[in-house]
Amino acid sequence: MNNAVPLSAPAPARRRGPLAAFLRHPGAVIGLVILALVVAAALLAPILYPTSPWRMVQRPFVPPFTLERVPLGTDALGRDIAAGLMHGAGVSLIVGLVSTLAALVIGVPLGALAGYLGGRVDDALMRFTELFQTVPSFALAIVLVAILQPSLSSMILAIALVSWPPVTRLVRGEVLSLRSREYVQAAIVTGQTTFTILRREVLPNTLSPIVVLASLMVATAILLESSLSFLGLGDPNRMSWGFMVGAGRTVIRQAWWITAFPGVVILLTVLALNLIGEGLNDALNPRLSRER
Amino acid sequence: MAGFVARRIAKGILVLLAIVVLNFFLIRLAPGDPALVMAGEAGAGDEVFVAQLREKFALDQPLPSQLAAYLRSIVGLDLGYSVRQQMPVATLIGERLPATLLLTGTAFLVSLSLGVLLGSLAARRAGTLADTAITGMALLFYATPLFWVSLMAIILFSVRLEWLPSFGFETVGAGYTGLARAADIVRHLVLPALTLGLFFMAVYVRMTRSSMLEVSRLDFVKTARAKGLTEGVIQRRHILRNALLPVVTLAGLQAGTLVGGAVLTETVFAWPGIGRLMYEALLQRDYNLLLGVFVVSSAMVLIFNLVTDVVYRAVDPRIEVAR
Amino acid sequence: MDTDARRIAVAVRDLSLALPAGGDRANAVDGVSFDLVAGEILCLVGESGSGKSMCAHALMGLLPKAVRPVSGTIRLGDTDLLGQDDAAWRDTRGRRIAMIFQEPMTALNPLMRIGDQMAEMFEAHGQLTPKERRARAVALAREVGLPEPERIVRAYPHQLSGGQRQRAMIAMALALEPAVLVADEPTTALDVTTQAQILKLIRDLQRRRNMAVLFITHDFGVVAEIADRVLVLRHGRVVEEGPAAAVLGRPQAPYTRTLLSAVPTMDPPTRPPLSGPKAVEVVGLQKTYVTGGGLWRAPRRTAAARDVAFALHRGETLGLVGESGSGKSSVARLVMRLIEPDAGQVRLGDTDLTRLRGEALRQARSRIQMVFQDPFASLNPRRSVGRIIADGPVAHGVSLPDAMERARRLLDLVGLDAKALERFPHEFSGGQRQRIGIARALALEPEVLVADEAVSALDVSVQAQVLALLEDLKTRLGLSMLFITHDLRVAAQICDRIAVMRQGEIVELKTAGALFANPEHPYTRALLDAVPGRVRQAA
Repeated sequence: MNNAVPLSAPAPARRRGPLAAFLRHPGAVIGLVILALVVAAALLAPILYPTSPWRMVQRPFVPPFTLERVPLGTDALGRDIAAGLMHGAGVSLIVGLVSTLAALVIGVPLGALAGYLGGRVDDALMRFTELFQTVPSFALAIVLVAILQPSLSSMILAIALVSWPPVTRLVRGEVLSLRSREYVQAAIVTGQTTFTILRREVLPNTLSPIVVLASLMVATAILLESSLSFLGLGDPNRMSWGFMVGAGRTVIRQAWWITAFPGVVILLTVLALNLIGEGLNDALNPRLSRER
Repeated sequence: MAGFVARRIAKGILVLLAIVVLNFFLIRLAPGDPALVMAGEAGAGDEVFVAQLREKFALDQPLPSQLAAYLRSIVGLDLGYSVRQQMPVATLIGERLPATLLLTGTAFLVSLSLGVLLGSLAARRAGTLADTAITGMALLFYATPLFWVSLMAIILFSVRLEWLPSFGFETVGAGYTGLARAADIVRHLVLPALTLGLFFMAVYVRMTRSSMLEVSRLDFVKTARAKGLTEGVIQRRHILRNALLPVVTLAGLQAGTLVGGAVLTETVFAWPGIGRLMYEALLQRDYNLLLGVFVVSSAMVLIFNLVTDVVYRAVDPRIEVAR
Repeated sequence: MDTDARRIAVAVRDLSLALPAGGDRANAVDGVSFDLVAGEILCLVGESGSGKSMCAHALMGLLPKAVRPVSGTIRLGDTDLLGQDDAAWRDTRGRRIAMIFQEPMTALNPLMRIGDQMAEMFEAHGQLTPKERRARAVALAREVGLPEPERIVRAYPHQLSGGQRQRAMIAMALALEPAVLVADEPTTALDVTTQAQILKLIRDLQRRRNMAVLFITHDFGVVAEIADRVLVLRHGRVVEEGPAAAVLGRPQAPYTRTLLSAVPTMDPPTRPPLSGPKAVEVVGLQKTYVTGGGLWRAPRRTAAARDVAFALHRGETLGLVGESGSGKSSVARLVMRLIEPDAGQVRLGDTDLTRLRGEALRQARSRIQMVFQDPFASLNPRRSVGRIIADGPVAHGVSLPDAMERARRLLDLVGLDAKALERFPHEFSGGQRQRIGIARALALEPEVLVADEAVSALDVSVQAQVLALLEDLKTRLGLSMLFITHDLRVAAQICDRIAVMRQGEIVELKTAGALFANPEHPYTRALLDAVPGRVRQAA
């Protein structure tokens, strides 16, 4: 037989690349620019301010924009606020990134397992996840850091331990829905191995929501880090934004700038990551964001 | 409905039990002798007290019997003794709990109602300036550190404008009674509740907006239009009601964050609740008190979850009635 | 027809609806004119993309935002509906023109009681007191034949069956006694027996109330069942219009003729009996789904397969027909070992497929392949068509170049251009995707093909082509086929023997000819009677 069906004339306009879609998102671009500045600050901190940010460089309570040497003023102990902000950038970024990665390492396999195996394993894993989602996460993080003694690594561990449940739930849901998709069944029927099916049919289609969630998790982790540092649970050897806000708290009536600047920097960083997350979502999950 | 609530309570108790077990292992995570950890730095010197602890929690016996002893004491509502504060932990928490319930409850209600209101407004005017303003504001609050916005609120409303008090639960020594006292407490409550609620309001605004836009594309909305109903009725009765379901679910999930966030708010505003108590315990490395607050705040989250479950159940007829 | 009796309710003249720029055509509807006459049902027929649904929505002023009327008028009495403002539209909707939709499940608000949703109709137009509205809701429920009207008005949509929901929708639409009813594929989502009841209900109500009805459908069986007049649409243009008997009996336009000839008839062609060796033998297959359940709650059990047994001879096509929930798709998946049976055997030649595990099962799978229902969900959107077809052979040890060569040959075999190899699924139409799905199944050179509703999602003309392709391939490659469908007409055309399933059980199994000529089981008879357009065809 040869009743060749003509291929549909003009194919529905080829989808724009995700990168182009991302860059068309004005918020995402702003977010990227801010994030790039924060990364630059973290990298340049040791060069521009080679001395410890804990050192007293001027008299205390120098208001901002008055002395060229300390453009953002000094705190109650005469420490340079600009130097603190630059050095704090590194801590926030490291904690945000590493704890998110750790949460993914816990959450993705648990979710994939629960979604793929189903049944009792799924039940047990989801109960376990629910437990961690019920516990007030910030309180648990406080307890963990307090018990493990404050340090960069205990902070990362604590944040990772309270942030993995949403990952598990997301991955489980995705795997569950993909498992019953007809093209996955077709792959089973054509005799492909489970590993190949996961690698080729399931995982590529779960990746984009995970990427989006991860970018938002970095933002949340930075908020958590600054909150812990604010309460004095930060690494005592490293300057961080949250600590700076906490240190300025008692003298807030005399010197607003000590708390205001680090707060604004946290806000901008977290905002940038959220904007990037939204841009990624629109670019990678057009199905979810399409308005019609 | 009663059966449903009973089932949820039973489930909550199981979860709480699991949290207590988690707690037990947390104590053993701390470096050093668990008895010394429980006694805290202040009590560590007191040999008799430490020995008492050792016996009560079967600390010289194998782990399972230690766990059993620990569970026994918790079930008896005995959360241990705070050597620092020279008081049983349960009493300390009991004194502070009402203030926290007032704060978190108010913040929860305010953020949910404001969030839904603004979110539905944004959805109705999707694409307009009002929508952009509301979503932009939500995005901003979503990224604002809670402790920082509290401090900024103090600077603005207490220091500069002198509108509202910046710390405490009520004016100490003013001797107000009755309504005057209530009004005083409310004045003290405004700033902490609002700043605690801001982040959550942002969450609910975003959720309500996207949920309403999603629901407005569903078929039954077209049915409602085909009836000739006015846009207001369609929005309220058909779109908003259906769109609220995921918001309620989210509110339940956010309860844990809300209770956790109270630690920061109470610390900044010197609000005499269990969050502030947690901060004090933290400063003094009073682990027993710390873990006690942790268990009680988890229980609070469970109550919030129960409330949202019941609300959801009442709104959505599709959930099966317990047989 | 007597001109005096032709009381025109709505006159549509030269209606054109513009699509947003950049689509495959400028107008969704292009210069369409028709009259809706009191006491008459006008069927608007066409394949997907013909613009039939747009016409319906234009009548209600419910067009999607992107679609604008660019010319023409819709006259209802003295008013041109296209020119009226929002308030006037609200007054028109429901009161003068009412509409029912395709999906009764999603067309009702899940959080409102049925009666309240009916009462809303009166409320929207400021009629009656709340108490009177409730009473009218009960009366309406009774009129459309809902059981226990007093109770059912207090139920929520999820507590009703699909047919009951559509009845409730109809009751709602009739509430204000509109002169015109617009029905947009109102029975497409329903099972065939339910469809027959709903069609009868619409017919009865329309006569009793002397309404003008615009009935949108893609199904000529339904047209034959219900239409007084027919209007055939293609690409937004009117192809043919006339009284039902004329259009169905003596179609003038070539397109109408093609469409009608693509509709499978209920007379199975005579087929030589087959009694070769058994390709597949199914014995005592059992499967029960257990859902819900927990610490405090009894689980719900649904039987998907109850002691199912049949044999598929070599070279034979065996049909499994039934309504939704009959278990036919579950049986297909049990045969494929996509789900595990509770008991029973599936024998493939002399291999017991149910016994195999792991690697042995993976190897044996190449002998039995499946064609899926949904042409959009059955192809991985991220893989090229060539790889989709070649993946199976590669998994069974064929080298990639050889597998791609095989894919090229298969594309030719299923009637697609070899250029398709490099393309991605989203670039193809539904029918083309289904051809790709068939090529994928054939790539492993199977003995048996299981087709699960493989033509159900396709337009009738495409459906005919794909059916012809399957038949042709089966003969040429010496395949045996298990053909799952809900559509008795399709089954009649392609199957040698047919098994009728209900609630997980095969109630009747015989040759297609015997089944249609002499159905024995009452359920089979009910099913056959319900097929729309059957009566007219026999006449």
